[in-house]
Amino acid sequence: MSTLNIPIYLDYSATTPVDERVAKSMAECLTLQGNFGNPASRSHPFGWRAEEAVEEARRNVAELIGAVPKEIIWTSGATESDNLAIKGAALFNQKKGKHIITMKTEHKAVLDTCRQLERDGFEVSYMDPMENGLLDIEAFKKEIREDTTVVSIMHVNNEIGVIQDIAAIGAITREKGIIFHVDAAQSPGKVAIDVDEMNVDLMSLCAHKVYGPKGIGALYVRRKPRVRLEAQIHGGGHERGMRSGTLATHQIVGMGEAFRIAREEMTAETARMRVLRDRLWNGVKDMEEIYLNGDLEQRIPGNLNISFNFVEGESLIMSLKDIAVSSGSACTSSSLEPSYVLRAIGRNDELAHSSIRFTMGRFSTEEEVDFTIEKVREAVEKLRELSPLWDMFKDGVDLDSVEWAHH
Amino acid sequence: MAYSDKVLDHYENPRNVGVLDKDDPNVGTGMVGAPACGDVMRLQIKVSEDGVVEDAKFKTYGCGSAIASSSLVTEMVKGKTLDEVAAIKNSEIVEELALPPVKIHCSVLAEDAIAAAIADIKAKREEQSTVKASA
Ligand SMILES: Cc1ncc(COP(=O)(O)O)c(C=O)c1O
Repeated sequence: MSTLNIPIYLDYSATTPVDERVAKSMAECLTLQGNFGNPASRSHPFGWRAEEAVEEARRNVAELIGAVPKEIIWTSGATESDNLAIKGAALFNQKKGKHIITMKTEHKAVLDTCRQLERDGFEVSYMDPMENGLLDIEAFKKEIREDTTVVSIMHVNNEIGVIQDIAAIGAITREKGIIFHVDAAQSPGKVAIDVDEMNVDLMSLCAHKVYGPKGIGALYVRRKPRVRLEAQIHGGGHERGMRSGTLATHQIVGMGEAFRIAREEMTAETARMRVLRDRLWNGVKDMEEIYLNGDLEQRIPGNLNISFNFVEGESLIMSLKDIAVSSGSACTSSSLEPSYVLRAIGRNDELAHSSIRFTMGRFSTEEEVDFTIEKVREAVEKLRELSPLWDMFKDGVDLDSVEWAHH
Repeated sequence: MAYSDKVLDHYENPRNVGVLDKDDPNVGTGMVGAPACGDVMRLQIKVSEDGVVEDAKFKTYGCGSAIASSSLVTEMVKGKTLDEVAAIKNSEIVEELALPPVKIHCSVLAEDAIAAAIADIKAKREEQSTVKASA
């Protein structure tokens, strides 16, 4: 009996569906019968109850990352957390120095924030990753200067799923007294986090990659030693002045419940993801001219990012119309640029144009993976039949030696 | 992004996929684009002595709209004289396939491929006539 629901969702790193348990907890915080009060209302039980729910959620988020609840600041998502962390720390410490270190493979929320700071007179070093996607720790050490105040390195990369050695970086920044920000939007429920062991000072989190709702996130802000930020959103002084605005109880409760579930189910879930991921990889890896992007070991279990040489990513996605995946290749994001992450790890333009990201999650099944393997093999074969580059490769032509008519 | 029915039709059932012998004196080959830009089109036309396109084949590496544009072009050129073929404009491709603005470059590339194939066959024929003349 087939239980396949077409189209199949294999884009869990873009966002996840909300877990039923999370949706239920959220629904209880909306109506007159529910917990609808303003958590900042001190004068009646509606406010007290809402505040209680918010604080329980705060505990759940803190617990997943080994923090204390007071260190969690609610935001609208990881983008806002990245902005608050990097701008907030850089601006607060600008008398000490104006140099920031980050990586070329960071999310745009980090890269564009850094670009903005450059326009405001800061200097930013964008480190190249090694070919496996990881930061070269020795090169990083050399990049540190007297006036370096903030280092921002992501935990799990959203495109290639590689896991940076946060603890190794944190040991260095702590010793040098540099503030260490980590974008961990992709980490919860997939890889263990302990902000103390890792010596992280600031950590961006969001709910919608771990079966919580969109539009809610958090920033972990270390209290010992205390990390101070310049607020970016001013108003009623909520969240200890770091982020004003009435707290969205239902969103926060959803994030708390999502993080509670992630904590409890992570071990079983990652084991299951690994089985699915290996099944998918084993189902395609014998194909000619395919390349796994990013380290296979230092990688979250639910991610496979593969370049199918001589096939263009957008047409491949079009062929895989029953499967929801994403392409580092561009046309999908309408920028016509191949993935900057794949370019940064040294993939040439062809391979960067030929990549597909498969990300599996809580509701993925073996049946879906098997269907995907079959469809991918079919589609790649069909498109290679159509590809002049494949012909040339088969005829032994070195494509790098061809003089292309660039347009 | 949603594709038009015409693009989907050409993409799913591409016309005239294949290769003609590029060394055949009656075959003009045009290859345009670059892998780095995400599309490469190879258009080949077989041209009779009196300058009529008898056959056309293509292979394309690129997005669905690029594949559809080249597939459509092989249909458009067949039976036309070289002068008629040279007059084909990318706007006709855009219109026929209902390409959105971000995909207009695919039609431009197809027009370039036509021009390159014509240039190739003309060069071959000139070379032959000079060989004949000097013989
Ligand atoms: C690594 C990383 N950082 C930041 C973000 C942005 O998160 P949000 O959508 O919550 O603003 C994402 C997700 O898109 C991400 O994957």
